[in-house]
Amino acid sequence: MKLNVNGSTHEVDADPATPLLYVLRNDLELNAAKFGCGLGQCGACTVMVDGKAIFSCLTPILLLEGREIKTVEGLGTIDSPGPMQQAFIEEQAAQCGYCIPGMMMRAQALLQSKPDASDAEIQTALEPNLCRCGTHMRILKAVKRARELMKTAAVPLASGERKV
Amino acid sequence: MNAPRLPNVTRRHLLLGTGALVVSFSLRDHAFAQEGELNVPAKPPEPAAPGPKLPGSLADTPSLDAWIRIDADSSVTVYTGKAELGQGTKTSLRQIAAEELEVPPASINLITADTAVTPDEGFTAGSQTVQNSGTAIRNAAAQVREILLQQASGKLQVPADQLKAENGRIVGPDDKSIGYGEVVMTDMLHVDAQPKSRLKSPDAYEYIGKPFARVDIPAKVTGGSAYVQDMRLPGMLHARVVRPPSWFATLKNIDTASIKAMPGVVAVIHDGNFLAVAAEKEWQAVQAMRALTGLAEWEEEPRLPNEQDLPAVLQRSESEQGVVAEAGGDFTGGAETFTAQFMRPYQMHASIGPSCSVAHLDNGTMTVWTHTQGVYPDRKAIAQMLGMPLDKVRCIHTEGSGCYGHNGADDAAGDAALIARALPGRPVKVQWMRDQEHLWEPYGPAMLTKVSASLDASGKIVNWKYDLWSNTHSARPGSAGALLPGQLMASGYPPDKPVMSITPLGNGDRNAIPLYSIPNMRVLWHFVADMPVRVSSLRGLGAYANVFSIESFMDQLAKEAGADPVEFRLRHMEDPRARKVMTTAAEAFNWSNEPMPEGRGRGFAFAKYKNHAAYLALAMEIDVDKETGNIRIPRIVSAVDCGEAVAPDSIRNQTEGGIIQSLSWTMYEEVNFDNTRITSSDWSTYPILRFSAVPGSLDVHIVDNPGSPYLGVAEAAQGPTSAALANALANATGKRLYNLPFSPARVKATLGV
Repeated sequence: MKLNVNGSTHEVDADPATPLLYVLRNDLELNAAKFGCGLGQCGACTVMVDGKAIFSCLTPILLLEGREIKTVEGLGTIDSPGPMQQAFIEEQAAQCGYCIPGMMMRAQALLQSKPDASDAEIQTALEPNLCRCGTHMRILKAVKRARELMKTAAVPLASGERKV
Repeated sequence: MNAPRLPNVTRRHLLLGTGALVVSFSLRDHAFAQEGELNVPAKPPEPAAPGPKLPGSLADTPSLDAWIRIDADSSVTVYTGKAELGQGTKTSLRQIAAEELEVPPASINLITADTAVTPDEGFTAGSQTVQNSGTAIRNAAAQVREILLQQASGKLQVPADQLKAENGRIVGPDDKSIGYGEVVMTDMLHVDAQPKSRLKSPDAYEYIGKPFARVDIPAKVTGGSAYVQDMRLPGMLHARVVRPPSWFATLKNIDTASIKAMPGVVAVIHDGNFLAVAAEKEWQAVQAMRALTGLAEWEEEPRLPNEQDLPAVLQRSESEQGVVAEAGGDFTGGAETFTAQFMRPYQMHASIGPSCSVAHLDNGTMTVWTHTQGVYPDRKAIAQMLGMPLDKVRCIHTEGSGCYGHNGADDAAGDAALIARALPGRPVKVQWMRDQEHLWEPYGPAMLTKVSASLDASGKIVNWKYDLWSNTHSARPGSAGALLPGQLMASGYPPDKPVMSITPLGNGDRNAIPLYSIPNMRVLWHFVADMPVRVSSLRGLGAYANVFSIESFMDQLAKEAGADPVEFRLRHMEDPRARKVMTTAAEAFNWSNEPMPEGRGRGFAFAKYKNHAAYLALAMEIDVDKETGNIRIPRIVSAVDCGEAVAPDSIRNQTEGGIIQSLSWTMYEEVNFDNTRITSSDWSTYPILRFSAVPGSLDVHIVDNPGSPYLGVAEAAQGPTSAALANALANATGKRLYNLPFSPARVKATLGV
């Protein structure tokens, strides 16, 4: 089946019941989405589908044909980081960093749909995602910084990406 | 400084040619003694070696080329036996080396824990990376710089005192200069370090103490390959283990034929109570694991104690009594005596990413990529488990999710190695599932403490008795019996017998001695060898429960003495640095005894981690909802003194993280079990702090001491945070909680609403 990930279409040879996470990490060799619990309890696997944050560990690919999947790799690159990535680097918002891609995608989904989300709305939106190192204060600061950077950054939309 | 000793090579082995410094280091034959992490009694002191002790880990690995290599192209490689665990090691050690070597930090190639190439620095634990490895690298780098200056002096025909190191070159008068690579010669750094180094003066620092962006963060936020979980080797298989349902279960019956027939399944490994599957694709391995779990029939034993009864269980278990401290001996004085008892349950590391490892048996050599905290001890355990010679096993540290102590990392490495042995030639990745991490990682041990103390008429503590009951806090590898697969396999190795070890560094007794001036003191550890559940090192070891107890009780005594809690502590504290962090935190917090609104309270606590590492004090303000038992924390202010601050932002990051993690332990965390099984198997049955509970603000003030020794800091916040919360709760409600955690139900019940 075909999956649209970060603006590109990929032909994937996998059991349709396979959770998206395994296809992203193994078939497409994308590292950002992480296995944390496989239960939708921790958010380490969070990616965006049609602009909404979802748990990729729980979502079988059979539900995803024709939908737009976005991962941290779609936000920018190490040489040209996007606003959300830039904000996390500037705030040094990581310890082990394992939970961070999930945090970024949940925050991205919020700020794309609500560019002026309040501090309280940011905190509430991140509730499904766990961090064990206790980096919460920096994660909140980074998302607030991303909120500002996203307003000023004139990031061209990737081909096929819907404007939200 | 002393003139550097000229090369005097006795044992060396040339790895590569090209005139660079490419000799392998010779490791001293020694059992590395990691402070506070021993699982054997400390050896009696050996006869004093001639000459003074070398600084930091140089004492164990003295050869300069074990730490630093300079190639003919002037590139600098630094080796550390410590690992990046998310604490910023890869950045702070570069800063330290760069400072003395006079090269930009980013230009340094840093190699971390790998049994084939780096020094054996035991475990990356106990907040000792900068303290031990950083000190070694700092001194080695300074001595290497001096050797380069001496060598350049000869080549440039300029006296060494007219030369200086600058940006990878030795520079002299009249524009004379020469690159590091041009002066290096084979074996030049194959010399033992000297006890004293000519270190740069703090006022000349370019890198130490300056905020540097962590080198590992860009890859982690852009989907780079950053973790062992991200490794993909050609031909790699995906494996899953199937664990017993409970600790004492034995496998009665299993028919694996149907599993072997499942799509993609390459092998089912059945060895005693050890079960695993390997498949071509990861999801196939998960499905096979589930099917295998359904087929396995286990016989279980109801051998766990009643979790409601842990204080009594600990006290009635057979225990060995050890004297941690004894001073004075007059326990009769004082106007009035007060007592209290505190309890900490079993708690988890609970890493967000379950343990993972990749192993590859290739041409008779087993290579294991692992997020272990100790590549050398893990190698030893794996080699023993597999019956392979040590030199045929290589362990390479590869980052995993944060570990906070001895979690499932070593076991997963053992799992991978055991499975890879059955599949020679094919790399195997083992990824634990969430419930496997929750149920099988070694927990931080439950602890019971009892304290009694007397105040004299002037409100000073005149005597102090403290008793603690605890298992060992160290069951780390070194032997195959410390690995789960080692225990589960048919030719199983028994777990190491826990042994009480009382050293200044501390284990269950870490921070059991109050730092306060108390004339008569007795501290006893009732060491409980039997472990109803698996335990080992969790961040801070005994310091978390001991500081919780001591600092809660200090507040209680302050109240009895009619004193302000901060003033009461200062009254009993002589150490000026301890006083300084306390007053810094109190002033920054604007500490006072002004009455607060209903349900609001403030709390304060202090500890010097291990009584010889970082000083940390903090104050917090909390709101308690008496109807729900919920605690909200508007603000926290802390102050920390860890000697010379190498990487200030990493110190802040670690301290913020330590405070928040300790809040999570203190407010929510408790491993639950019935009489047979652990029941805390996921995030719903073992809840931890989520974003809704983070403090409104959290400030970290660093009390810097440029030029003074590094003091380990990464675990300093664990103890004081719990006590500050307990004290704030008592201040807010008039009721004190003695048993952890302060769950809403327990808070509500204590308040009797």
